[in-house]
Amino acid sequence: MHLQAPLEAKLASEKLELYYGEKRALHGIDIEIPERRVTALIGPSGCGKSTFLRCFNRMNDLIPGVRIVGRATLDGVDLYGRGVDVVELRRRVGMVFQKSNPFPKTIWENVAFGPRILGEKNKARLDEVVERSLRAAALWDDVKDRLQASALGLSGGQQQRLCIARALAVEPEVLLMDEPASALDPIATARIEELIHGLKTRYTIVIVTHSMQQAARVSDFTAFFYMGELVEFGETETIFTNPTERRTEDYVTGRFG
Amino acid sequence: MTRLTPHQRANFAFGAFSGSAALVIVAVLAFIVWDVLSLGLPQMSWEFVSAPPRDGMTAGGIFPAIFGTVLLVLIMTAAVIPVGVVTAVFLFEYARPDAFFARAVRSAVYNLAGVPSIVFGLFGVGFFIQFVGGNLDRLFSDGRVVWGQPAILWAALTLAVLTLPVVIVATEEALRAVPREHREAALALGSTRFEALWRVVLPQAVPGILTGAILAVARGAGETAPILFTGAAYFLPHLPTSGHDQFMHLGYHVYVLATQSPDIEATKPILYGTVLVLLLVTVILNLVAIGLRSRLRKRRS
Repeated sequence: MHLQAPLEAKLASEKLELYYGEKRALHGIDIEIPERRVTALIGPSGCGKSTFLRCFNRMNDLIPGVRIVGRATLDGVDLYGRGVDVVELRRRVGMVFQKSNPFPKTIWENVAFGPRILGEKNKARLDEVVERSLRAAALWDDVKDRLQASALGLSGGQQQRLCIARALAVEPEVLLMDEPASALDPIATARIEELIHGLKTRYTIVIVTHSMQQAARVSDFTAFFYMGELVEFGETETIFTNPTERRTEDYVTGRFG
Repeated sequence: MTRLTPHQRANFAFGAFSGSAALVIVAVLAFIVWDVLSLGLPQMSWEFVSAPPRDGMTAGGIFPAIFGTVLLVLIMTAAVIPVGVVTAVFLFEYARPDAFFARAVRSAVYNLAGVPSIVFGLFGVGFFIQFVGGNLDRLFSDGRVVWGQPAILWAALTLAVLTLPVVIVATEEALRAVPREHREAALALGSTRFEALWRVVLPQAVPGILTGAILAVARGAGETAPILFTGAAYFLPHLPTSGHDQFMHLGYHVYVLATQSPDIEATKPILYGTVLVLLLVTVILNLVAIGLRSRLRKRRS
């Protein structure tokens, strides 16, 4: 089954299979993820959605015994081909994790981390990047007076927005979000969702979520994963109101999962 | 009174047994401290800690031994920390845990920790003095023996090898305590593994590494056997000024006073004074390292 969205594809995969040792976790995924839209990956726990997400910045490389067959592409270039610079790839494809993971450093140092490892040393330019990124993550007004305070003093929601700001500071093209709001209260979740809505004009966003309401609220396209397969992919509206597959319908209507 | 069941009796007996075993340790420590303090304290004076020995070591002070001990431990620390940290980083961050080489290094580290300290002394003679020092002289000296003899540098390096396992294990623990999420975050931002290590992982591991340094100092400051043949001297008129000088050492001085003195009864007060100073020097070196660590922790939080 080949599922396609009628837009320019930023990320894509072709017959992508991933193995943990002998165990196949992804069964030939074909997808084209459109540029400057929000695509949600939904499905029950263990369906492979997070594993699939991590194929696009090659974070699965860190797990021993992982083997990948097939293609995953960014702007048509195979991410697992020869001569791919993983470090460069991860600069273009940013990631926000399920558990907010600010470094035990100051707020300023957290946001400036990426630009600094890219070699930026100029304090004024770093200040500018920090401000721009914090504004983009809707955190500037909360923290502008305490940039030199520890990031660990922020609330959970603020920490997660700080992680988004930190990811934006290296000016990625794609933002991968792995259940970014699953550990947050409803108000902090709402702020993250607002933020995602505002970011999609500039970034291609792929978000893994456990919450179908969240997928319905934030995404333009939705992919339903089940047991390592991509069951259905299409416009969010269609997936939630008029899915083609029986399994999708059962899941989105809450009959299992 | 109710009779105890056999189970209860066994339980009570074991409780009493383990309690008295713990008491023995406290009693031994209390006896040592009391013995050293009661016989060593009367000896304490400014002269004792600031002057060299006089009159066949029956009078005067032990300053050269204090100086030599502190210098020895500082050189040892400067040598063991970088090597130990780099080894631990290799084992924990780079090597695959099941790789043959990593397993070989790991078992070497654990075995090193079990080697009797006198063996390190012999190793120091064979490796540092005869092999390294001897070859340095062969290459660079005009026939005089400069490096191929017991010296403070060789003694310090021998102690560094002895304390290496302590530093490696402590550093590995410190690296293990750094959350995986922080490594992932750094890598996801486009860090190389080295950048993630250097900017995120190691700064968080510094207090743990210092704990390793503290343990190494505690171990190294008190060891005498490894320096017997590698650099400690019976008596020296001068303080060491270069790496190839010999040095006096508190632990060795205790041994000398207790066994080699022409008049053992006459040196006994000095012997106890020296033991007390050795304990104090070890405690002070530890406190310095602990203070450093807690300042670093405070700055972080």
